[in-house]
Amino acid sequence: MSVHELEKLFQDKIDQEIKIEPRDWMPEAYRKTNLRQISQHAHSEIVGMLPEGNWIGRAPSLKRKAILLAKVQDEGGHGLYLYSAAETLGFSRDQMIEDLHSGKAKYSSIFNYPSLTWADMGAIGWLVDGAAILNQVMLCRTSYGPYARAMVRICKEESFHQRQGFEILLVLSRGTEAQKAMCQDAINRWWWPSLMMFGPKDSESTNSDQSMKWKIKRKSNDELRQQFVDMIAEQVKVLGMTLPDPDLVWNESRKHYDFGEINWEEFWNVVKGNGPCNKQRLEARRKAHDNGAWVREAASAYAAKKAARRKTVAA
Amino acid sequence: MSAHTSNQALIDYTLHLADSSLIMAQRSSEWCGHGPVLEQDIAITNISLDLLGQARHFYQYAAGLINQSADHTLKPATEDSLAYLRDERAFKNLLLTELPKGDWAQTILKHFFFSVYQSLLYTRLQTVPDKDLAAIAAKSLKEVAYHVKWSSEWVIRLGDGTAESHQRMLTAIEELWPYTGEMFRAADYETGMVDPSTLHAGWLKEVQDVFAEATLPMSSESVYMHVGGKTGLHTENLGYMLAELQYLQRAYPGAEW
Repeated sequence: MSVHELEKLFQDKIDQEIKIEPRDWMPEAYRKTNLRQISQHAHSEIVGMLPEGNWIGRAPSLKRKAILLAKVQDEGGHGLYLYSAAETLGFSRDQMIEDLHSGKAKYSSIFNYPSLTWADMGAIGWLVDGAAILNQVMLCRTSYGPYARAMVRICKEESFHQRQGFEILLVLSRGTEAQKAMCQDAINRWWWPSLMMFGPKDSESTNSDQSMKWKIKRKSNDELRQQFVDMIAEQVKVLGMTLPDPDLVWNESRKHYDFGEINWEEFWNVVKGNGPCNKQRLEARRKAHDNGAWVREAASAYAAKKAARRKTVAA
Repeated sequence: MSAHTSNQALIDYTLHLADSSLIMAQRSSEWCGHGPVLEQDIAITNISLDLLGQARHFYQYAAGLINQSADHTLKPATEDSLAYLRDERAFKNLLLTELPKGDWAQTILKHFFFSVYQSLLYTRLQTVPDKDLAAIAAKSLKEVAYHVKWSSEWVIRLGDGTAESHQRMLTAIEELWPYTGEMFRAADYETGMVDPSTLHAGWLKEVQDVFAEATLPMSSESVYMHVGGKTGLHTENLGYMLAELQYLQRAYPGAEW
């Protein structure tokens, strides 16, 4: 079969909503785009453990500590599923981690912002997980089978995380003056970076058209961003807090909220490595990996010894 | 023994169990997001969660006992007031639990020593007349059995892994062994509960078996043993741990979270 015919067959499958599986023929660009996206997503889960991990030791009650620990642990689990999904595309977890540590692979820029107060644990859950979920719900129907299936598992836990985040803020919003201020401050700091999570405007997004055709993604960056603004603009009323955007207003004719312009200069700067925590996040990951090298070596040395002994016994 | 003192002893004993589990959880949760490999990052966080859960059960029970007593200085007590508003000198955790997390070898060895001790202790505790303590012990035993398995396997892997991992285990033994004796020396409030000295032989046997498989030497029994944690005399580590743990409750008194 010619490449042209294979491509047609591939696109037909996608058009008929048949999932692409690891052994199926796929265009190299499809494989690469999925690999980039899934590994980036896996890295985001792992790096995303850091800003929240920052508050485990200081969680204000034993119950909150348990919830936060379980949440960060879930993120590690999501990283595992996603690395496994990415490995089906022929790239090992070690290679992916190497690319993360060298700066070649990216992760979500949102984790390059610092978590400064306890309220940030609420804002991250509500806004950051909230934004992530919209993307992930869409990805449950993505065309690559292993990615879609990983997303179904992840979405269930993520929506739970978002509710927990909102609940942290709800308690603060009904608390002392200091707690209310802490709550508003966290919303102010996390709002714009959360909007940036959906990526560049559609008019400037390089990967979008092909990804839509291949049904890797099914909604554009701007569509998802609008959906997020509409959702959060309503939820923030329950908290009795405000979003830091004077241009945010309901547009009756569009049936959507209008909102202000994102600071794209900040967006690109953080992408390029100049965010407040880019350096620290990567350093923390590298340090954990490097300090763990002797542990991993010992584990494989022991496994090899054990296998050799078993062989001797069997012989 | 009067009703008052025996009740106080029961409260102290329960707090001792709670504090050891909490401090162990607080320390091991430092690994979350920083583990040597993702699967183990998840595993140790799971163990931190188990220990935190145990601590909460014990604190909740202690809070109930305190609230029922006529005039207790810790009244009104909740699991959080007991964890967050007591000072360093009131904490009764074992010194072993508050030692720095160190490298993976020290963390593993600490969990191994502690979980073997806990499994022996809880096995006995589940048969004491106090039904609440017995129930918490019985429930926790399943988790502890996993902690013993997980940490034993790692002790063996590291002991019998590479020259470096073996050396790191030797260093860990040297660091931690002097803090193991305290587990088996009874504080006053342990009278009438499980006598910890009766757990020592079983603990030594289990450690010996795993060390033998790990090609690690047993430490001499004549090593000087540090004590004090059970009665509130701690190492300098605990103050910093509590400063972190208790920060928000101390900074915003009376706030709900």
